[in-house]
Amino acid sequence: MNRIFAILALAVVFAAQSASAQTLKTVKDRGMLNCGSNGTLAGFGLPDAQGKWTGLDVDSCRAIAAAIFGDANKVKFVPLSAKDRFTALQSGEVDLLARNTTWTSSRDTSLGLNFVGVNYYDGQGFMVRKTLKVNSALELNGASVCVQQGTTTELNLSDFFRARNMQAKTVTFATANEAIKAYDAGRCDAYTTDASGLYAERLRLANANDHIVLPEIISKEPLGPAVRHGDDQWFDVVKWTLNAMINAEELNITSKNIDEMTKSTNPDIKRFVGTEGNYGEQLGLGKDWAVNIIKHVGNYGEVFDRNVGAGSLLKIDRGLNKLWNKGGIQYAPPIR
Amino acid sequence: MSIDLPAGSPPARVAFYNDPKVRSIAYQVALCAVIGFLVYEAASNAIANLERARIASGFGFWHTTAGFDISQTLIAYSAQASTYGRAFWVGLLNTLLVAGIGIVIATILGFVIGIARLSKNWLVAKAASGYVETIRNIPLLLQLLFWYNAVLKALPEMRDSYKIPGGIFLNNRGLFVPEPIFGNGFSFVVIAFGVGIVGSISFYVWARKRQEQTGQQAPVFSVALALVIGLPLAVLALSEFPLTFEYPQGGRFNISGGIEVLPEFAALLFGLSIYTAAFIAEVVRAGILAVSHGQTEAAYSLGLRAPPTLRLIVVPQAMRVIIPPLTSQYLNLTKNSTLAVAIGYPDLVQVFTGTVLNQTGQAVEVVAITMAVYLTISLATSLLMNVYNSRIALVER
Amino acid sequence: MTMSEGDLAVAKIHFVRSATIEAKPPPVSMRGAVGWLRENLLSTKFNIILTLLIALLFAWIVPDLVRFLLIDAVWTGADRDACREIVQNRAIGACWPFAFERWPYFVYGSYPIPERWRVDVFFSMLAIGVVWLLWLGAPRRGLVSVYFFVVLPISSFILLTGWKAIGLQPVDTVLWGGILVTIVVAWVGIVVSLPLGILLALGRRSHMPAVRLFSVIFIEFVRGVPLVTVLFMASVMLPLFVPEHLSPDKLLRALIGIALFASAYMAEVVRAGLQAIPKGQFEGAMAVGLGYSQMMRLIVLPQALKITIPNIVNTYIGLFKDTTLVFIVGIFDFLHTVEVSRIDPKWATPVTSTTGYAVAAMFYLVFCYAMSRYARATEARLAKSERR
Repeated sequence: MNRIFAILALAVVFAAQSASAQTLKTVKDRGMLNCGSNGTLAGFGLPDAQGKWTGLDVDSCRAIAAAIFGDANKVKFVPLSAKDRFTALQSGEVDLLARNTTWTSSRDTSLGLNFVGVNYYDGQGFMVRKTLKVNSALELNGASVCVQQGTTTELNLSDFFRARNMQAKTVTFATANEAIKAYDAGRCDAYTTDASGLYAERLRLANANDHIVLPEIISKEPLGPAVRHGDDQWFDVVKWTLNAMINAEELNITSKNIDEMTKSTNPDIKRFVGTEGNYGEQLGLGKDWAVNIIKHVGNYGEVFDRNVGAGSLLKIDRGLNKLWNKGGIQYAPPIR
Repeated sequence: MSIDLPAGSPPARVAFYNDPKVRSIAYQVALCAVIGFLVYEAASNAIANLERARIASGFGFWHTTAGFDISQTLIAYSAQASTYGRAFWVGLLNTLLVAGIGIVIATILGFVIGIARLSKNWLVAKAASGYVETIRNIPLLLQLLFWYNAVLKALPEMRDSYKIPGGIFLNNRGLFVPEPIFGNGFSFVVIAFGVGIVGSISFYVWARKRQEQTGQQAPVFSVALALVIGLPLAVLALSEFPLTFEYPQGGRFNISGGIEVLPEFAALLFGLSIYTAAFIAEVVRAGILAVSHGQTEAAYSLGLRAPPTLRLIVVPQAMRVIIPPLTSQYLNLTKNSTLAVAIGYPDLVQVFTGTVLNQTGQAVEVVAITMAVYLTISLATSLLMNVYNSRIALVER
Repeated sequence: MTMSEGDLAVAKIHFVRSATIEAKPPPVSMRGAVGWLRENLLSTKFNIILTLLIALLFAWIVPDLVRFLLIDAVWTGADRDACREIVQNRAIGACWPFAFERWPYFVYGSYPIPERWRVDVFFSMLAIGVVWLLWLGAPRRGLVSVYFFVVLPISSFILLTGWKAIGLQPVDTVLWGGILVTIVVAWVGIVVSLPLGILLALGRRSHMPAVRLFSVIFIEFVRGVPLVTVLFMASVMLPLFVPEHLSPDKLLRALIGIALFASAYMAEVVRAGLQAIPKGQFEGAMAVGLGYSQMMRLIVLPQALKITIPNIVNTYIGLFKDTTLVFIVGIFDFLHTVEVSRIDPKWATPVTSTTGYAVAAMFYLVFCYAMSRYARATEARLAKSERR
């Protein structure tokens, strides 16, 4: 027994010597980005039968891989539940968390996370059976509500009912799968989660047309990728990848026209594609980092449309997620 | 064949590294050093990791407002006013509730099935062994998922609730029974109940003594029944029924009022009891088989019939063999109740190690507290059962 | 003697038979099927009632079960319409096409399709090992333990995770799932828990206080907490205890948790076996001059392990069932793949869940029952050698 422990201890010591705290360097050395993602939410992160991942968050990770490696496929997706996502990031199991996670102050501080921005402005809503003849969330007094554990939705739900002197019977489940299944089985009158999630989950119900999403949005749910505290360089890389995608849409740079754009004379575009300045190097990436993002993944609009918007099964209206100059609030600082 | 040893020479000395005593100390020092090193390494890594990621630590969260609801609360709890600490107690009580009731049901069911396996009735014995073999060989988690879905599917929607006379409702939201509201003067009933229990015990002691002296048996059971049930009822009637019931009322979505038994609770209780009963049945069977057949034959030859033989001769002796493994089955049931997390019953793990851990992010503290709780339950139960076991153990002269 | 008088008396009395006649068979009511029924099912009033009750129970359960699993079951179909009462206009039992279509997922999880032959090879290697172990007349049985504890772990590790140098594409454990994960988890638990359990059991009986204390604390601690929390600890806390970049992968963490958990239980089983060895065996071994390790290896452990084989197998059965709990830390074992599949809208019907659970129940039942039969058979075989 002693001998085994001695070997174990030696292994720990040797391993500890090869330590390195720089996430970007670790990722480059590994040749692979570890991305914590939702494995069960259509539109955000879901592997298909062949094991190919699709979704808005999934594409955020692909964009980062493209920026670092010039190859959008150098990503390993780690499916995480709402419950274990933060510990997975804290413990270094994943390099970043892109799992429709709401940006809140406590998560930003005491959980040791840094949110890089917002890739989807969402809000919490309710879904009910049509047969209940409920038209508003305000009529839900006394209803049973199925909710997923460890989410901000769990807290908002309680706040919403309390603030209106209404009673709700919450039934909490460890995963969204279990919660939606229990709702489908009639255990609850309503199912609550982010509105985008409601549309996605509705597709998976036995008879999607028997259910409606109520109009009320009861909370602000800015969803975005997050990284660990304490590594500013990595924080910048992830943040500016997201900003690059939004800027590209604003500059009308798409995956189709990116090759022509590299010849553009517009100074904004020149800075974007790297023919002017050394903004890529400043991030610790190559000159063509932004070009790679757009070429391999697309701009924010394309990604949105493909995964959750008009080009997808979900057909969610862009609403708040339109660009700032088109009536929405998606706004990225300039690259210069 | 004798070997000449030089007289007075010291015994042959072994090299110090071959001396068992030195070796033993060396091994122990090495083990302590390695474990100490591993613990130190783990602790310093944990501190460094937490520090670097700036994750909060300490038990300050205990007094923070929880902000989430729990579907079954035995003590007063509200999302806005209660703390994480309160949520912990709610979860712990829910665990103890399901474990306590589960132990009672599993014991009764297990004894019945264990004895049935030894029945002379072929069909009964085969049915019992079929039950044991099937239930023991399917994972509990699968059984729980099955029961939960079976319970949900078998029960009607709220609007089509089964209405059972006496104001009881049953639907896929749970079982709703009237809740007793105790009025003034109900304390007399409680006192009467206490008097009944004390009276029954003294009567039992007296009857026992008389039986030992004269051989006459007294109707202990009926007297005890009259004292424990009859006396409080009489007092209740005399004090003009200071007891009212709050009946469940059908609302728009749910039934409100009354006592609510959640389907999650029912499924968990059902699954745990049925699963553990199969193991208890095996324990009981082994215990009964361990009682020598001569005991049964001697009892028969004294003229005892089968039921009293079982009750007075076989089971008391079998209990000595049964108690230790039975204790571990009780502990298993308690530990298995953590599977509640799969079907949404708010037990300690679901509430505390689930929601609280996730809302606070303080994995080390929360998991440590959870483990300490189960460890305490385990050790306390073992201790109690050991005391009981030593009392009934065979005293050999 | 009065013998002759007696003979005389017999001869005089005519109605006394002088030769024994053939024994008559017992009355019809006491033999054959009827007798068996009376003896075993209808001996007393209470027994008759019991028999009736059980018979009623069977009459209530069995036809429904047969109807659901066989008669009303759907055997072919492309999607949920095949299994819906509204579409088919008949009572619907189990929806087997769902299980057939999902079967590859149940077996391999998301393991890349072109690489799945590797999993098949792993299963076959394991099957060969098991047959080798169970077939008593097999050649070179002495090498089984080497095969099981050395050859198989190393080769299957390389096979399943991949090794670029020999042309096997690396397959991340995140992609593993289904029966593959169930078998891997159970098997790692089995392979690790026995040696570790033996060490802990020896440690608990050791004369060195520090070793004994450590073993007792470890065993009692692990046995005192639920597996769920051990898994939580392995998945949530373990990464905090090692340097950041070392963070082991998710499956490995669960494997560590399960292996430690099983070891504590195994230690107690082995300890019971050690306690059953008479002190004379220890003393005899010491008297012939064997050291501690020789004594344990050559004299005590072979005897102790032999008598604990049934209990060891029972621990393995428990371990096999406990593998289902890894779903709690987000690993897709067999039951979890069933659980995920039943939510697939393509197969959303009222019977999908029950069908999935039926498949899972049969799988576990077959494996665990086979193991428990093996334990019984071994027990009987060993008892035979004792009886001699």
